[in-house]
Parts: sequence; structure tokens; C-alpha cells
Amino acid sequence: MSRITARFAALKAVKKKAFITFTSAGDPDLKTFAEILAGQPKAGVDLIEIGMPFSDPVADGPAIECANLRAFAAGITMVKILALVASFREQDEETPIILMGYANPIYAYGLEKFTRDAKKAGVDGLIIADLPPEEDSELRKLAQEQDIDIIRLVTPTTDAERLPTILNGASGFLYYVSVAGITGSKQASVAPVRRAIEAIRPHSSLPVGVGFGISTPEQARDIAQTADAVIVGSAIVKRIETNLDAQGRAKACLVNDVLAFIETLAQATHNS
Amino acid sequence: MKNLNSYTSLPDKDGHFGVYGGRYVPETLMPLVLAVEKAHEQAKADPSFQAELDYYLKHYVGRPSPLFFAQRLTEHLGGAKIYLKREELNHTGAHKINHCMGQILLAKRMGKTRIIAETGAGQHGVATATVAALFNLPCTVYMGELDIERQKPNVFRMRLLGAEVKPVTSGSRSLKDAMNGALRDWVANVEDTFYIIGTVGGPHPYPAMVRDFQAIIGRETREQMMQAEKRLPDSLVACIGGGSNAMGLFYEFLNEPSVAMYAVEAAGLGLDTDKHAASLAKGKQGILHGMRSYFLQNDDGQIQEAHSISAGLDYPGIGPEHAWLFDAKRVSYVPATDDEAVAAFQQCSRLEGILPALEPSHALAYAAKLAPTLPRDHLMVVNLSGRGDKDIFTIANRLGVTL
Repeated sequence: MSRITARFAALKAVKKKAFITFTSAGDPDLKTFAEILAGQPKAGVDLIEIGMPFSDPVADGPAIECANLRAFAAGITMVKILALVASFREQDEETPIILMGYANPIYAYGLEKFTRDAKKAGVDGLIIADLPPEEDSELRKLAQEQDIDIIRLVTPTTDAERLPTILNGASGFLYYVSVAGITGSKQASVAPVRRAIEAIRPHSSLPVGVGFGISTPEQARDIAQTADAVIVGSAIVKRIETNLDAQGRAKACLVNDVLAFIETLAQATHNS
Repeated sequence: MKNLNSYTSLPDKDGHFGVYGGRYVPETLMPLVLAVEKAHEQAKADPSFQAELDYYLKHYVGRPSPLFFAQRLTEHLGGAKIYLKREELNHTGAHKINHCMGQILLAKRMGKTRIIAETGAGQHGVATATVAALFNLPCTVYMGELDIERQKPNVFRMRLLGAEVKPVTSGSRSLKDAMNGALRDWVANVEDTFYIIGTVGGPHPYPAMVRDFQAIIGRETREQMMQAEKRLPDSLVACIGGGSNAMGLFYEFLNEPSVAMYAVEAAGLGLDTDKHAASLAKGKQGILHGMRSYFLQNDDGQIQEAHSISAGLDYPGIGPEHAWLFDAKRVSYVPATDDEAVAAFQQCSRLEGILPALEPSHALAYAAKLAPTLPRDHLMVVNLSGRGDKDIFTIANRLGVTL
């Protein structure tokens, strides 16, 4: 059983919802990022999404684009992202790690080499924002050989005609994008999310995580009533940004403050 | 039945030209992209759509554009007989209006009520703002901050036409970033918005659709050349950023083996520097803006900034059909530098009384190198894809003149 499936099964057994974070690899610098990463399981994070920064992130809003720029300034590369995962794995064998990003950097790395090296580093799943089902077969085949899940996205524009295409080949969990728009741009509202999840349930037994418009513990709690997992990204990334000094360097309190914020979101999700 | 050995049988049903093209967009956009494709297929098969398009192209755009024998330029260069396809005489001063008219009629057909576009030099933005005004649809144009600075007249034109020009401040603040801005808008406004893309790029069906709307350039050229010289041209020369005017001129002739084709990439400060926009000469295969093609990028797959004196060519990628024609070696992709383009601009202005835009000045620059090496009975067509009035500030600055 993959780490992702095992984690969802374990949470289900105790009737808990999963809390998933997103941060950009190398933001605000490699050392601080590694500390935030290492502290997440203890803060209550069930699955960890790590962004692979890209120069042209068309699905992301300004918060994550700025995080990418900080990561580039800190010298992030694909090789260093995989090294960060590998070093996390030395401490934690169980928390699933999902890499999220765009197609070009992994094509440039080489798909076969990438899936092999990602597996070796301890990666469990991939979300590639600009690889819809029509274009992901090449990567999916190689990922499957390494037991890496390709996590598919369902969106507010997904209708009954489109859904089967998305479900065909989906594994790990389904990522419901709760707003039509870029990351961190709009607030998710509970009622339409519930209706969307209800429309998915009869067609898939995969857990459904909800992300893109959730920034507060209250929203996390509300969404967790209906979803299997709550995903928060831009709000955490902004929390990192508020803990930078005038020169853009991490203040001494950054790691603790960000982890404390993550903990409130995790608790809200778990106590729903 | 399409001929599999021909150069005009692509893309396939998923929008691929060989390995290039495709639909590399966020899932939120997929249903919409598929709907645009369906609408385009239906429109192509509908004579009333073509009739309406023809009406506006004739009476509003002013087509056909002339094919003009450039006698003084020919004599000066002393070789090939040079004809200019006068796309700069179209309404709005460039070839961009051809695909804008086609796309806005499609948007209307789909019941969309809002138009967005990206622009580099501003020519596509002006053309989009123009058709949006004509059909009374609100229009937002994304434009890099750097391009807003160097293309002030076109920014003002768009505003006069009632469009909102949104500055894009991220990345290199030019065409690539304008396209990011437009894509982000589209993802957030899928229900009511039609994205009028300004080149043979983006996700399928855009590369094929824009090509189809631009192919009228080549069809007219064939007819006009048959009338003038009773035979086909021997060579075609066009500049290439994303590649819409080149595709428009070339498409009609791809299956004519006697016709040589030259697409001129912006070499900026030179191909031996890192300040150019030559995505075929210096780029690698990659994925950006919905398509697989060639892009300027570093070893880690991060897209690099392009440079060209011409805002319309300042893009680190190229349309997927060009990537395929490059691999197939059907078209020769050649460079012209900023300096060569500026020299060609001045040469054409003085010899022919035509101020060419800086974009086709790259085509003229290559033609000036090629023509003297060819016999006098060689028939060459240069696509004069836009007029140069918008560039006089850039040229003045270059020549040390304060306006």
C-alpha cells in the first residue's frame, strides 16, 4: 500500500480528516525551508505538498509566484528539491510527500530520470498543473512503474461529461480545486464544494481533498465537514512572507510562527 | 481524406504536430479549450460563418492586401525580384486583424460576452480592441510593463478604442508575461470570456485556428503572383516571433516543393550573446503556454527572458507547427539582429516610401542578404506584416534623436 493510501486509510479508521500543506521548495531559503518541512508532522500535518518552483506558474497567484522568486534567489533547483525530500525521509518514513509543479522543469530533467530519482528520494505523488489527462500518459506510465501516484484535479468547470476522463487513471486522491481561478485569489464557499463532492462520490472511491481557496482555521473546519482532506497553500506562504526582514531574510521567529499557524489549521481540520 | 505525406495534414485530433502542440493547460480550462475546438470545427464547416468573415475582411479590413513589386529595393539589392505583401495596409496596420476578426466571430457564435488578449508590440492588442469595439464587447488587454513603455502609441490607441490595458509587472514584463496574465484571467473567468490569442501558439485549437484565419495571406499571394508573373514565387520571407504572419504566408505553399521558405528569428544583440529571441536556433524542446514546442530555457527547465528591439518578436517560444516544420526542414529558420533590422527599416523607408514595423524589418534584413545572391528572375515575396509608425520612438532613440 502506498504511503498516501495508507495515510488516508489510517485517518479514516479514526474518523479524522487529513490536513495537507503546500509550500514552495526553498522558500525563503533552503535551510529555513528544511526546518519548516521537518516540523510539519509534529504540527499535525498529514500529507505534505511541496511546490517545484517554475518561472511561469500560470495556475498560481502572486503569493506563490513571489515564493518561487525567493526560492530561485536562494538557488533552488530540481536536484536540490529532491535532496530536501530525501533528507526529510531520513527522519520520517510515513508522511506522504507530493511534489506539485509544472511540466517544463520535469521534462527538462527527463521524465524517466525524474520519476526514478523522485522515488529514490521518497516522493509519493505528483500534481502537475499543466498536464491534463490528455497529456499526462507519458509521465503516468513512468510514475506507475515507480508506484508514484498522479493526482488528478477536478474543478468547478468539470461537468458530468468531463469527469470520467479525469477519473480514468487517477490514483492517490482527487484534488478538488474549489474556485475557478488561480491559487489564493478567491475564497471557497462550502455549499458549492459540498455539491461538487457529492457529484464525484458515486463515481470514485478515492479520497477527495479540497484546496485553492482556504486560508483560515474556520474555513478549514467547514470544508473538512464534507471533504476528506483540506489543503492550504497561499495562506502559509504569506505567513512565511510576513516573517521576513526588510532584506527578505528569515527572521529568527519564522519557523516557529509558521508551524504554529499550520498547527491551528491542522487542529481545525482534525476537530471538525 | 488527408494526404499523410503532405505538410498540411496536421495537427492530429489532439492538436499535435508530431510531438509538438497539444493542450497543456490547467484542468479548469480544459472544458473551455475543448469547447473552442468544437466551435471552430463547426464554424469551418458552416458557409454562413465564412461568408460573414469574408464580408468583414473585405469591407472592414480592406482585403485583399496588395502584392507590390518593390522596384527600387530590387534594383538596389541587384538580385531577386522582390515583392512585398502589403499586410501593413490592413485596417489597424498589421496582419493581426485577420485572426482577430475570425476569433471574435467565433466568440460571438459561442455566446461569450467578454474578450481578453495579450499583446507584445501592441499590434494584436490594437486589433483585438478594434474588433471588440466593432462588436460591442468589453475587452481587457494584458501587456508587459516594459512593452507599455516602448509602445506608448499603441497603448493609447487601445484605450481610445475602449479597451482596458492591464500592465503585467511579473517576470521579464514583456510578451511572455502578458500571456501568463491573460491565462490567469481566463482561468478565473471561464464562463463568459473568450481569449483571443495573438499568434499560432497556445493550446490546441489556437495554433491551427490562428493559422487558418491567417492563411488568406498565402492564398491571395498565390493568386496575385499568378496574375503578375504567371507562376509561383520562388521564395517567401517572413519574420517570426510566435509565427502567425509567417504561417499565414507559408501555409498555402507548404506542398509546393519549388517554393523555398525563410522564417527570420530575432537575433537581438547576436546569437552568440544571451540577448536574443531565437527559440529555434538556441532553444530546447519544452512546454509553456499550453503547448509543447521550442523555448529559450536554462538547464533546469526555467524559461529565460527573450530580447529583441521589436516587442512583437520578444517571446522565448514559437508556435508548435513551426517547431515541426523546423524538424522536418521544410522551412529555413534564419536570424537577423537588432542592428540589421534597424538598417532594413531605414532602407525600406527611403527606397520604397514605406515605414515597415520593426518586426517585418527583420524579414527585410534577411531578404537584403539573400536577394543579391539570387538571379534576377527569382521571385521573392517578403511579408510586410505591419507598419512602422508605432516604432518611430524606438528608432529615434536608437538614432539618438529626441522627439
